[in-house]
Amino acid sequence: MINHHPPLELLFDYATGSLPEPVALAVASHASMCSDCRKQVDAVESLGGALLSSIEPEEVSKDALRSVMARLDEPEVGAMRCAAATNRETTEVVPEPLLPYLGRGLAHLAWRGVGRKFDEVHLNLAAKGFKASLMRLKPGAEMPSHTHVGTEYTLVLAGGYKDNGEQYGRGDFALKDSSHEHRPIVDTDEPCLCLVVLDAPVKLTGAMGRLMNPFLRV
Amino acid sequence: MDNDHLSNLIVTIANAGDRKAFADLFKHFAPRLKAFAVRQGVGSTTAEELMQESMLSVWRKAHTFDPKRATASTWVFTILRNKRIDMLRRENRPDVDIEDVPERASDASSADEDYQTRQTRDLLRHAMDELPADQVEVLQKAFFEDKSHSVVAEELNLPLGTVKSRIRLALSRMRAALPESQI
Repeated sequence: MINHHPPLELLFDYATGSLPEPVALAVASHASMCSDCRKQVDAVESLGGALLSSIEPEEVSKDALRSVMARLDEPEVGAMRCAAATNRETTEVVPEPLLPYLGRGLAHLAWRGVGRKFDEVHLNLAAKGFKASLMRLKPGAEMPSHTHVGTEYTLVLAGGYKDNGEQYGRGDFALKDSSHEHRPIVDTDEPCLCLVVLDAPVKLTGAMGRLMNPFLRV
Repeated sequence: MDNDHLSNLIVTIANAGDRKAFADLFKHFAPRLKAFAVRQGVGSTTAEELMQESMLSVWRKAHTFDPKRATASTWVFTILRNKRIDMLRRENRPDVDIEDVPERASDASSADEDYQTRQTRDLLRHAMDELPADQVEVLQKAFFEDKSHSVVAEELNLPLGTVKSRIRLALSRMRAALPESQI
């Protein structure tokens, strides 16, 4: 049961195409697990369709049809990377939109231990000013209390955590900005796997935070 | 050309690689795609290129079109949107849709459903005309200018809450126009 969803406006921005790729990745991954949000995206796309059908047509170049027809048999170049063939363990956990960004099974990613609390692997995305990563938080791990200069988008893929009295589990989407100070605690027996997208550095609060800070730079 | 006919053309391309169907589809959509791209402010040459690349994608991705899930116009809109992200921003589009072949169990669709689908399409076609001007203004800016709702709010000099509520109202109107099976 998914209890935490992206705000409608974020789904709207995803559907109109205005979200930067890392944020779109988090939203698409959530929507692929959440039929309610998927329906919202479909509804926004219907608005786009209605705009397209009601627009005043513009004359196209004279040879446009001929030149497109001539290219119909061309092989497609620069197509979106295909989802890498990976094991079932990975495909059961990783949502479809995220798979191509991993390129290999979860166990074979370049995990990097950060303190004793979590492992992390960075995802390579072209968008500047963002950090996208998979984080695997150990059971019982308590993250240092922190706030954000920008916005943090978190999608839980496995396990779960508690934050400010709220429970987050698989499929839950959390959006935190500078108005939230939060301190997630993993409360499941299995590690908690999350997709985390940041659009500015994390600002740690408290003594433990200052110690952890160098590890969390964007 | 109505949406049912346009849907059939896409399905014919998917099933039979029919070039005549593609040419018909092109006549309808190419001038609209170009107009949409021009409204997005990319200039005539780029708009023409975006339109041509989008039409090529329509041909290549026709097998992913599911007439039960979206109208032809909605599906073609998503193709243009993705092309724009791909060409102008040089980014990939993380897509919710799994690009497998949708089920086309024709025997499962009853006369009732067909009637309902037609009703939906008529409603959708007029949905835009019936929205209040202030909602349309927000939508046009968001769709045509590739701007997030917060940027739209800034540029229209409106409180963020006002833009949010206009989006919500337009969406609930749109969802009311779609039957339960499609939303």
